[in-house]
Amino acid sequence: MVETPVPRLLDAGDSCLVAEFGTTVDRALNAKVQALKKALSRSAPRGLVELVPTYRSLAVYYDPRVLPRDALKTRIEGLCENLDASGTEAGRVVTIPVCYGGTFGPDLENVCAHTGLSAKEVIARHAGRDTYCFMLGFTPGFAYLGGMDESLATPRLENPRTVIPAGSVGIAGKQTGIYPIDSPGGWQLIGRTPLAIFDPLRNPPTLVEAGDWVRFEPVGEAEFDAIRSAAKAGTYELKTGTRKEAD
Amino acid sequence: MTLSFKVMKPGMSTTVQDFGRWGHQAMGMPVAGAMDPEALAFANVLAGNEPGDAALEITLLGPTLAVEGTGAVAAAGADLGFRLNGVPAPMWTCIPVSEGDVISFSGPAGNGCRTILAVSGGIDVPEVMGSRSTYVRAGIGGFFGRALKTGDTVACGAPPALWKAAAGFSCPENLRPARDPEAPIRAVPGPQDDAFTEEGLDTLFSSAYTITNQADRMGYRLEGPKVAHRAGADIVSDAIPLGAIQVPGHGQPIVMLADRQTTGGYTKAAVVLTADLANLAQRMPGQGVRFARSTPEEGAKLLAERAARLDSLLQLRAEFRSRPRNGTGGTRAASGGFSMKIDGKTATIQWQEL
Repeated sequence: MVETPVPRLLDAGDSCLVAEFGTTVDRALNAKVQALKKALSRSAPRGLVELVPTYRSLAVYYDPRVLPRDALKTRIEGLCENLDASGTEAGRVVTIPVCYGGTFGPDLENVCAHTGLSAKEVIARHAGRDTYCFMLGFTPGFAYLGGMDESLATPRLENPRTVIPAGSVGIAGKQTGIYPIDSPGGWQLIGRTPLAIFDPLRNPPTLVEAGDWVRFEPVGEAEFDAIRSAAKAGTYELKTGTRKEAD
Repeated sequence: MTLSFKVMKPGMSTTVQDFGRWGHQAMGMPVAGAMDPEALAFANVLAGNEPGDAALEITLLGPTLAVEGTGAVAAAGADLGFRLNGVPAPMWTCIPVSEGDVISFSGPAGNGCRTILAVSGGIDVPEVMGSRSTYVRAGIGGFFGRALKTGDTVACGAPPALWKAAAGFSCPENLRPARDPEAPIRAVPGPQDDAFTEEGLDTLFSSAYTITNQADRMGYRLEGPKVAHRAGADIVSDAIPLGAIQVPGHGQPIVMLADRQTTGGYTKAAVVLTADLANLAQRMPGQGVRFARSTPEEGAKLLAERAARLDSLLQLRAEFRSRPRNGTGGTRAASGGFSMKIDGKTATIQWQEL
């Protein structure tokens, strides 16, 4: 089914237009954001500065001296007439290895206690379902992932930690996520990935983009160390694949 | 020999900035960049560089820097008491410096809190994700991702070929960007203006606000009459553009600036015109802010005027470089000097070619 979504075009000052497709967290809505982003970057007009996709809107930054606002508006409206936003389940899948529990996941026990599930079951359910990256934001490289098995939902820590190491994988309510850089935070930490989720000196700096699917893959401590060494040496090849609509 | 600086005193917060790390907000990477980009462009052009080269952004209390090597410097922005070897030195002017010179700042004169010190060749730090700007919160870019510290040595790039020919070149007063602390800050309503009551928006655009102590490169928290929401202050996250006036549940506006996060979940009542941001960023805690309703068209017009001012300065520099010197038809002076009045005292700057 080809939808013809018509976003509201909102001014955000003199150098940014926001194409708002809705106001909720919804994968079909986010697919429209991604579709417009792809269409605009395929035929980027001169003066387009950058595109920032979020849950429900696409921020289009432009240089008004090169690309007048009205011309940009007309361009976006034109592209929206032919947007194909049907593939809400398809997309690139990025496999992120995670060593669960132990020193890497000090709050795995909390999640077990809260959910009544065994550690083995928590890990199986966390890694057993692909999560969808709606957007990045909050800190450099932080992916907002949706679609975690809701039986794992656990409230945040009452006392947030002052430092959480980069790569930590956590749960906060119905959300799961990976800390891309060392930062304070209150998420329940259940594991850690040996990969650098964000590295400003690498190209590209992030492993996951908005619109990707993330598949967590449990690994042991020895494998964690091996992957970390390979990643540092630049010889680790990120596992990616394509998810089809029927998956 | 290229220029470098030994940091004798770091100042309150001295960081390397250029026009910012645009193009990576989709990864959650904040843009950073100079809080007064026009001052950056002017200082660079005066120092003989490209407008967007990396320079030092100095906040309120400036650093003390010992010069190593030879080159030129230029300061533009707020008057923070720029001095060369203890003597007041003119801002908005290309000043040759050499080994043993000391650059310092005696304190703010009251017309703003940020100045740019540009150096011939630009500050030589590695480009990270296409920019040399410092984003201190994540330790990315600039001088090892942080503000300068005592004992640091900051290197500059190879000076541009014609830097010596611009020694003494000064920006005429009528071209210098005016930073009026009383001027209203113009803003375009939206993108979530419909989340506020009509009275709420009228309050925002008709009240006097004060800049609180929570004001930094990330944003300015203001205090004043509450801006009322219709239903709630929270939205499903969307992008935070430069200059967004975010209003959380407490009703007090926060203007999001260079180091803002890329996305956020608070309603944004309006977005400040790009050309008016420096006028706000030069103000300090305790100073007032009034907003005025504006349009994207007005914002675009002001940006065009800003670009035209920079073009004029580039034109003047080209004329200055090619002017006949000392009436000898093209031979460059080996030395010179000028004097100007600062705070009622006359300061004399002498320079000579080594």
